[in-house]
Amino acid sequence: MNLRRRYLRDRIMVVFVYLGTLIVLLPLGFILLHVFTQGIGALNWDFFTKPPAPPGEGGGGMLPAIVGTFVIDLMALAMGGLLGLGGGILMAEYPDHPLNRPLRLVANVLGGIPAILMGLFAFVLVVVPMGGFSAFSGSVALAILMIPIIMRATEEVLRILPWELREAGLALGLPRWRVTLSLILPAARGGIVTGLLLALARAAGEAAPLLFTAFGNPFLSFDPLGPMDSLPLKIYVYAISPYEDWIRQAWGAALLLALLLMATNYLARRAMRRG
Amino acid sequence: MRSKIYGKPGDRVFTALLVVLGLTVMLVAALMAWELGFGGREAFRAFGFWGFLRGTAWDAVAEQFGAWPFLVGTLITSAVALALAFLPALAAAIAVAEYAPRWLGELVAYLIDLLAALPSVVYGLWGIFVLVPLVRDHVEQPLFLWSAEHAPALMGVLGPPTGIGMLSAVLVLALMIVPYASSLARDAIRLVPRSQREAMYALGATRWEVVRRVVLPYARGGIFAGVILALARAIGETMAVTMLIGNSGQLPYSVFGPAATMASVIANEFAEAEGGLQLSSLLAVGFLLMLLSLAVNLVADFILRRMSVGEGRK
Amino acid sequence: MKKIVILVMMLLLAAAFARGVTLSGAGATFPYPLYAKYFSVYHKATGVRVNYQSIGSGGGIRQLFAGTVHFGASDAPLTDKKLAEFEQKRGTRVIHVPTALGAVVPTYNLPGVRAAVRFSGPVLADIFLGKIRKWNDPALAALNPGVKLPPLPITVVRRSDGSGTTYIWTEYLAKVSPEWKKRVGVGKSVSWPAGMGGKGNEGVAGLVRQIPGALGYNELVYAVQNEIAYGAVQNRAGKFVRADLASLRAAAELPDFPPDTRVSLTDTPAPEGYPIASFTWILVYRDLDKNRAVKSAAEARALAALLDWIIHDGQQFNEALHYATLPEVAVRASEANLAGLLYRGEAVIPK
Repeated sequence: MNLRRRYLRDRIMVVFVYLGTLIVLLPLGFILLHVFTQGIGALNWDFFTKPPAPPGEGGGGMLPAIVGTFVIDLMALAMGGLLGLGGGILMAEYPDHPLNRPLRLVANVLGGIPAILMGLFAFVLVVVPMGGFSAFSGSVALAILMIPIIMRATEEVLRILPWELREAGLALGLPRWRVTLSLILPAARGGIVTGLLLALARAAGEAAPLLFTAFGNPFLSFDPLGPMDSLPLKIYVYAISPYEDWIRQAWGAALLLALLLMATNYLARRAMRRG
Repeated sequence: MRSKIYGKPGDRVFTALLVVLGLTVMLVAALMAWELGFGGREAFRAFGFWGFLRGTAWDAVAEQFGAWPFLVGTLITSAVALALAFLPALAAAIAVAEYAPRWLGELVAYLIDLLAALPSVVYGLWGIFVLVPLVRDHVEQPLFLWSAEHAPALMGVLGPPTGIGMLSAVLVLALMIVPYASSLARDAIRLVPRSQREAMYALGATRWEVVRRVVLPYARGGIFAGVILALARAIGETMAVTMLIGNSGQLPYSVFGPAATMASVIANEFAEAEGGLQLSSLLAVGFLLMLLSLAVNLVADFILRRMSVGEGRK
Repeated sequence: MKKIVILVMMLLLAAAFARGVTLSGAGATFPYPLYAKYFSVYHKATGVRVNYQSIGSGGGIRQLFAGTVHFGASDAPLTDKKLAEFEQKRGTRVIHVPTALGAVVPTYNLPGVRAAVRFSGPVLADIFLGKIRKWNDPALAALNPGVKLPPLPITVVRRSDGSGTTYIWTEYLAKVSPEWKKRVGVGKSVSWPAGMGGKGNEGVAGLVRQIPGALGYNELVYAVQNEIAYGAVQNRAGKFVRADLASLRAAAELPDFPPDTRVSLTDTPAPEGYPIASFTWILVYRDLDKNRAVKSAAEARALAALLDWIIHDGQQFNEALHYATLPEVAVRASEANLAGLLYRGEAVIPK
């Protein structure tokens, strides 16, 4: 009798657990479905090759935003990557360094701060002194977002490597820095690339830090010191607008952005498996 | 010993370089806190720290500013979103880590990661054009009409059934933190040693009993920390909330009616503020938002350390 | 691989340095459709790029004050206090260059109502004060005999950001409703007693489209372009007027026009005039070198040439986008103001 109740409860819980999972996955299905069906129609040749048209006129495309996304994000990756890698190496390779404890705390704190505050910070720190909105200031905001992610990933990957690897290098008479650069980093390449790509994917979807930094720009621009457009920013502006054509393009941009992020995530996973 | 390892000139340069990079990171964080606090000093001076925190007016004409409505909006939206997200997230984590066959588990985990990778603006876009009409026509309006007939007292609590407002924002927020909470819970569950489960099975326990009596208690530190981190995520979430919440800082809030959060008021007003006290007040709101996220993160850290069984995690 | 990366970097750098003059501006969303048209045409004609971001008038003024943009744009003229602040802290006067005449219209979303709903100033004020809450309120019904107004609740939609459109709207409401003046006042962002906020003219129009029973306020072109219904408003002479080019021009027929062009057109006494009309202005420093965004004499000249083009050749694009062209007096006044632009003490436009 008691046993039957226990089995029954076991079975009921199976149903509940899968039901909960379904509740999680169902909206995802809807979101992906809508983004795909609504977005696919907007992706035409003009979308990739033309600057936006004045509102209400129809036509036009996303070229400046697509280019801007790459420029801003790659600049951010360069800055965030350097600082994040440096911090990560310091924490993993010099475990007894006095800087490590505060650094780890700072990394945790930075990781928990909302992205929009990075935008505020970049506005106060870069936009105001430089006298204008710029792609660079947007990159600074995104770089700060990336730093803790890269730092944590780097540290974790380096920690996994056996200590014997370092000892072998040192036994050959290599200085510590050569061991790190020529032995440790190549051995951890896969994991590090994964960390970089995941940070990139995380930052590339953010619009909030760019609102008061990169600012947006309807013209194609490569100038890092001038305002520049970006896909997430464009989706926001177009989504809250009343223009049918802009809304259509917002769906297109959402699809494109989602595809780019998925591709980045896929590459990140592959790098991990290879490394 | 130490001097030999760190001794070579190349090493000294390399270490110095790393230290400089590390110091830069720390400088950035310190500068950030300082800039926000310093930028908000005018507002804090004009209204006092508690006066600003507890002030309910946000009036650029009379130059009266207070963060209370936004603080309340932030806390309500993120807490309710978390309450909605908790059980499904935990269920999905259990399904992936304990119940599902390997292939299914991997597929579900992959899909959940995909959900986590979708940008906030895409959730917002979907919210405006798919969720809002749905919520308005099939949830809010029937409820509103029902209360108009049967319980007029409820109408004020429910608010205008327009679709854009607190309810939609909370729903989308819940959707957004589910994958995050779920993947953290999954990680915590996976850390439970096999031997623990096997011991329980050996005693004749059913699968659910193993989950209930071994896995969940063992992983509770990680699960709770994950929940709190998801809360932190919800508190800072900006774009989707801004697009859906209706942006009105008028207390008291109603269930369907418009509201505002700290992040949304910054996103809305920062670029437009004419300067002076309003700008300073927005920076002060940013400072408070930072303090709140910090506090929540520290709580998560504390829980992780205190509630972990045995070694758990370091 | 490395070579390709270096090559791409060099190309990027080359592209960055080869760019022509780019002017940046920020401000009002009210004239944004018009400015987008101006700058798109102007780019094709001259190669000069103008990056205009419609972030709201309040933001435009702040960015101009901070020296982050070449020009600001606002639907509300600067107050005397703000002008004095510019003079004191930046050492220059600010010149107002009107570009167009626009109307702010009450936009609404009433499924099933075809006729244009009629409003009066006091009724609009009461709705935005939260005192009239239903579309079939007696006060509204009395203004609209023969129109069957549904018993929908009114959802007030207003701006969430600082905005010149809000300034025009609240200025009008304050002129016609003492209670509004006392409780809320006039400003680019006010403490709203009711309703929800949308970001920018676009955001308000977007919300009005989304929500049945919504009532918002928008620049005319946003209503027309998006086929959002907008109402007629009773003017001071007692006539119900819908905003159009004729009623706008009628509103701007002022006997004496101030040389600095700062003038309010709301609640016009003109019998045929639409009561919620305003100029929209571009704001620039008179001493352009005081603006950090203006980095060379060439940029100053390009800016002056652009403004000159807008008040003359640009005007032909106004009417297609439902903005009235500037009256002759406003063009004359602006010509005189533009002739006074200086860069390091020298006139920017050679006479």
